[in-house]
Amino acid sequence: MKYCIKGGEIVNPAGEYSGVGDLLLDAGQVVAVGQELPVEDAVIIQAEGKMVLPGLIDMHCHLREPGREDEETIASGTRAAVKGGFTAVACMANTNPVADGAVVIEYVLSKARQNGWAKVYPIGAITKGLKGEELAEMGEMAEAGAVAFSDDGKTLTNPAVLRSALEYAALFDRPLLLHEEEPKLADAGVMHEGYWSTVLGLPGIPALAEDVMIARDLLIAEYTGGKVHFCHLSTAKGVGMLAEAKRRGLNVSGEATPHHFTLTDQALENYDTAFRVSPPLRSEEHREALRRGLQDGTIQVIATDHAPHSLEEKHREFALAPTGMIGLETAFSVAWTELVLGGWLTKEQLVEKLSVNPARLLNLPAGRLQPGDLADLIIVDPEWEWVVKPEEIASKSKNSPFIGRKLKARVETVWVNGILKYDGQKFVE
Amino acid sequence: MAKLPKDLLGLRELNAEQIQLILDTATACKDIFSRDLKKVPTLRGKTVVTLFFEPSTRTRTSFEIAGKWMSADLVNLTVSSSSVAKGESFVDTARTLEAMGVDLIIIRHSLGGTPRLLADSVAAHVINAGDGAHEHPTQGLLDLYSIREKKGRIAGLNVVIVGDILHSRVAKSNIYGLTKLGAKVTVVAPPTLIPKGIGEFGVTIETDLDKALRDADVVNILRIQLERQTKAYFPTLREYSKLFGVNLSRLRQARPDLLVMHPGPANLGVEISEEVSVHDQSVITEQVTNGVAVRMALLYLLTGGGNKDEILH
Ligand SMILES: [Zn+2]
Ligand SMILES: [Zn+2]
Repeated sequence: MKYCIKGGEIVNPAGEYSGVGDLLLDAGQVVAVGQELPVEDAVIIQAEGKMVLPGLIDMHCHLREPGREDEETIASGTRAAVKGGFTAVACMANTNPVADGAVVIEYVLSKARQNGWAKVYPIGAITKGLKGEELAEMGEMAEAGAVAFSDDGKTLTNPAVLRSALEYAALFDRPLLLHEEEPKLADAGVMHEGYWSTVLGLPGIPALAEDVMIARDLLIAEYTGGKVHFCHLSTAKGVGMLAEAKRRGLNVSGEATPHHFTLTDQALENYDTAFRVSPPLRSEEHREALRRGLQDGTIQVIATDHAPHSLEEKHREFALAPTGMIGLETAFSVAWTELVLGGWLTKEQLVEKLSVNPARLLNLPAGRLQPGDLADLIIVDPEWEWVVKPEEIASKSKNSPFIGRKLKARVETVWVNGILKYDGQKFVE
Repeated sequence: MAKLPKDLLGLRELNAEQIQLILDTATACKDIFSRDLKKVPTLRGKTVVTLFFEPSTRTRTSFEIAGKWMSADLVNLTVSSSSVAKGESFVDTARTLEAMGVDLIIIRHSLGGTPRLLADSVAAHVINAGDGAHEHPTQGLLDLYSIREKKGRIAGLNVVIVGDILHSRVAKSNIYGLTKLGAKVTVVAPPTLIPKGIGEFGVTIETDLDKALRDADVVNILRIQLERQTKAYFPTLREYSKLFGVNLSRLRQARPDLLVMHPGPANLGVEISEEVSVHDQSVITEQVTNGVAVRMALLYLLTGGGNKDEILH
């Protein structure tokens, strides 16, 4: 099928053409991008007043399959992804069984081929069973299709294991995605340690717990020359250390999530477990530092850390509820509302953080609109105002911290490999 | 006229007027104590449940006496940790109580926020009888009542709270109540037991007990949880007692009318010496009595009482 998307604002920082214009796609590929393109026999899609972007890429989400298909499956998770404008997602290894060998990587990929709505790039575990002791078979997983390695959900507490992992992963040129929280300092904490943890009487997790691990791991990254990516940065010092390490030329990167750069620990005032997440929502100064880090380029990536949980599990005592929130369907609109309309990022910078940079870091053939590229692209209506409602969520889980929140901009149309997957307000089966 | 919210979850949610209303109502309730027949029909036909996930004979008994003297039907539920382990969730328990048509639930729990979860799940009124390190509002109120009874006022007093501020729900309820009624509060503890952000509560932080006691009108001494020592908050009980224990020599250096309080049960010889605990400046025993009066007032006010004269008839 041939399509011509006419008159939209093409935001394409990694491609050759940006600006108001047309985009022609055919047989799964972008054929031409530019002004006044010949329409011929193409289906015309009017996009005046809309934005045309390369498909978004989430380099950090949890799809829960295999193991917790009641919370999410590859099918439901990638539907949620598409609805949010993500044409590709990288999913973490903390499934059951853990994705610590080629078999699970292949299982995820085959499920994705059968019923994935977006492209799925599995992330392999760094250590067997996420136990932090022995290295998982990274070579076999890389060969099977793992794009990165991560023990996310757990911190690699043993520095010798991290050192080996970084040295060994260099063989396959895959980054390690690190979840940073010193467990002894975090102790039994369930939220950010500060004024609000004292008000609520809940044990706190100091920002220090994240900072000491980032400091340690930057030293190990420097020593080994390995590629380190910090997941869900949440602290001001963490951002500062990352900036400093980049100045010194280290091969390091970092991501921030929409919930961390939008919400603060005050959101926990009524003990609502929808806001319980790891790392925790922190105070205003940390939120501000994340925004600054995104603005000055220290933080190159916005990732969702989409973590579905059932309502029964979340509807309980705050300290006993699981950590995590979903995010695929709200990420773009939250980032647009908070960062672009808030004056922190330009449209181009937003596209870099949600598409160009994750593609680069994971070595994916995506992130731009260029003739010859696979047509992963989305149309966004920047004026569409909407309120997040649980009944409209495509994910199997509804644990969104943004329910009830009014957002600006919405993903309208989504193509994956040139195939229309989402059109207006419905999925194209 | 001040009116209370549906539930009493903490003193943070109340304003000065509401707190005064509770204290004034408690005064009327205390009159009942002097009667031969300590019973009024105020809560006849009302079902009150005490739901304790954490043992506390003292607080529970106080609520029980308050309920009995007001003729409520009382049900005690002790939820053992084993039934929680069996998978009966907190929310299930709340639903069961809701189905029974209970009027008021008094809850004690080791995790902060559970009274709020309960209150949001049931139509019944909920009283927080202590939740984790969050709040213990009825203790806070009885402390306020005891201070007001002895000193005749709260506003303008210098109140020192000494001990494990980090884990103390009593400290926080006290801080909210005292500062709302115009007292000046100083918290004293080793730095390891001073929680982050406590300065933003409008209190002065001090680590020198002698200095803090110099101008104090009241000292409220918190119980040290002996098992916390293993967490390395302070080296030994002996050293704690030396630096932060209220003993006779410290009492002698303070103002002669310094009021000594302790929510109990006290570790004698640790945070408070035996001599101080029985000293005539100590109101520890009266605190227990006042606890019943304050809890009667709360049961009455929350279940719809408006005019305090009704209590007496
Ligand atoms: Zn993580
Ligand atoms: Zn994660």
